[in-house]
Amino acid sequence: MHILLRGRDIENIKQLDVYEGHGGFAGLQKALAMTPSEVIDVVKASGLRGRGGAGFPTGVKWSFIPQHEPVKFVTVNADESETGTFKDREIMEENPYQLIEGSLICAYAIQAKAVYIYLRGEFWDIGDQLDECIESLRAKGYVGENIMGSGYNCEVYTHLGAGAYICGEESALLNSLEGYLGQPRVRPPFPAQKGGGLYKEATVVNNVETLANVPFILSEGADAFKAIGTEQSTGNKIYCVSGHVKRPDNYELPMGTTFRELLYEQAGGPLYEERPFKAMLPSGGSGPIVPLTDEVLDTPMSYEDCANIGTIIGSASIIVMDETVDMTWVASKVTKFFQHESCGKCTPCREGTYWLDKVIDRILDGRGSPEDVKRIADVAENMAGTTLCALGDFAANPIIHTIRHFPDDFARHVQT
Amino acid sequence: MAIIGNPKYAERIDHHLAKYETKRSAVMPLLFIAQEEYGWVNAEGIDEVAQILNLDPTQVKSIAGFYTMYSERPKGKYWLQVCTDLPCALKGADDFHAWLKDELGVEEGGTTKDGMFTVEHVMCLAACDKAPMLQCNFHYVENLDQDKMRELLAKWRLEAAQAANGRG
Repeated sequence: MHILLRGRDIENIKQLDVYEGHGGFAGLQKALAMTPSEVIDVVKASGLRGRGGAGFPTGVKWSFIPQHEPVKFVTVNADESETGTFKDREIMEENPYQLIEGSLICAYAIQAKAVYIYLRGEFWDIGDQLDECIESLRAKGYVGENIMGSGYNCEVYTHLGAGAYICGEESALLNSLEGYLGQPRVRPPFPAQKGGGLYKEATVVNNVETLANVPFILSEGADAFKAIGTEQSTGNKIYCVSGHVKRPDNYELPMGTTFRELLYEQAGGPLYEERPFKAMLPSGGSGPIVPLTDEVLDTPMSYEDCANIGTIIGSASIIVMDETVDMTWVASKVTKFFQHESCGKCTPCREGTYWLDKVIDRILDGRGSPEDVKRIADVAENMAGTTLCALGDFAANPIIHTIRHFPDDFARHVQT
Repeated sequence: MAIIGNPKYAERIDHHLAKYETKRSAVMPLLFIAQEEYGWVNAEGIDEVAQILNLDPTQVKSIAGFYTMYSERPKGKYWLQVCTDLPCALKGADDFHAWLKDELGVEEGGTTKDGMFTVEHVMCLAACDKAPMLQCNFHYVENLDQDKMRELLAKWRLEAAQAANGRG
């Protein structure tokens, strides 16, 4: 059953009357009849965790917002830029009202003045569509003043980025939205605190998929949501599968489904029968790579189980590679991504990604030495944990874990 | 033309100025408007955006330089950005990108002599299940191969010729 990708089940759910006809805005209506803190309690009880990658409990995040502050904001992170991630895009293209409804429920729960949806700049057409949705909602009293007769007022706006991965990092996103360079901020203060959020006001920043879950939680109840998934990883998750599978696509399945079920039953197995799977990146370019062994394939896709195999489920952007893929080339590709996307603020990341890229190129060209492999591992280890945001850690991962799991792929390039 | 006082943009500029708590927040949407007017973010555009927002042009230029979607030099009529990131590359995007540059006779980031096409590679565009793909003037074109691309190039050339003849 799709909770999120309902565009696949219901024709034209991207039209407001069709969305309303299928239970649309029942969740918001229910929320508006409750107190804001009761709404937060329901979301807490559901066990919903952030779908942008970090997996932080959503209701807990909302509860950090100080109630007494007069001005608060919700910012929707629709900057979807992690390599291999294309789930938020389908939600916004095919089921946009559900995202806006979820955002409004969040806004009511923290008593926000406005919602800003920060879209990556390339989502130009989606931004136009969302603007049209917002106008239809305003005309019917779901956005603006006195929402659904409740006395609660809230505006919803879209904002387009302009091509910068770093703006998916919440404090960089806020800087970008304020018209400053999209670079991370020093924390504390955190976005949820006065002084740390948008325009220095307390702000919730949530991913698109996270918020799209919220209408279901309100209308069907926390228990209905918790009935799906595992104890610590509740609900459905959208898994973006790309690379060497027969059917690359988004798959919405309960958390805790095994990688084997996803990659073989759903995605159809290896793209070329004679070329078995070799490895996957389960959370795009930023999470640790793992070899696709039987043990890994039988692992449930949950926050807790993925930790046991030395990786993360993160945003669940699963990039699959078959046996023909050279892991040194993969390390190079991912490093080039982070080198390009490093915002330049912190020295270890700015310089580290630059030199990693240079040395890996040398190794790939056959001009490297065994010391170079040790050198890049050393550089990567010295970047991790030394930067203001996680990009520095993300950039270290592809090096450290490809070398750990696939040393032969590097050795092949540096034999003399 | 200019963007200040241009009736084509007045309503949009007002909308962006109204939706944020500070004027400065409107710098990104206004830069897109400047780029639309001039074809790229030139000095005139920077100055006008700065004037509207009461900022120094240097502050506006720093924003334009930070993001890849603001072009700081003129581009072809069709700005083709091919994703060559890992998931697309696993499906042949590097070869496709190299072929496209050959087909049009341009280097990376170069523009064809007739000013029609600029080709460059970009990082992940969130269309990994539909590789190879590219973005043409900020609109996605997906599931590409050489035949499909040749047809598109012909179509765009025809479109441009018709527009030039006033029949577009």
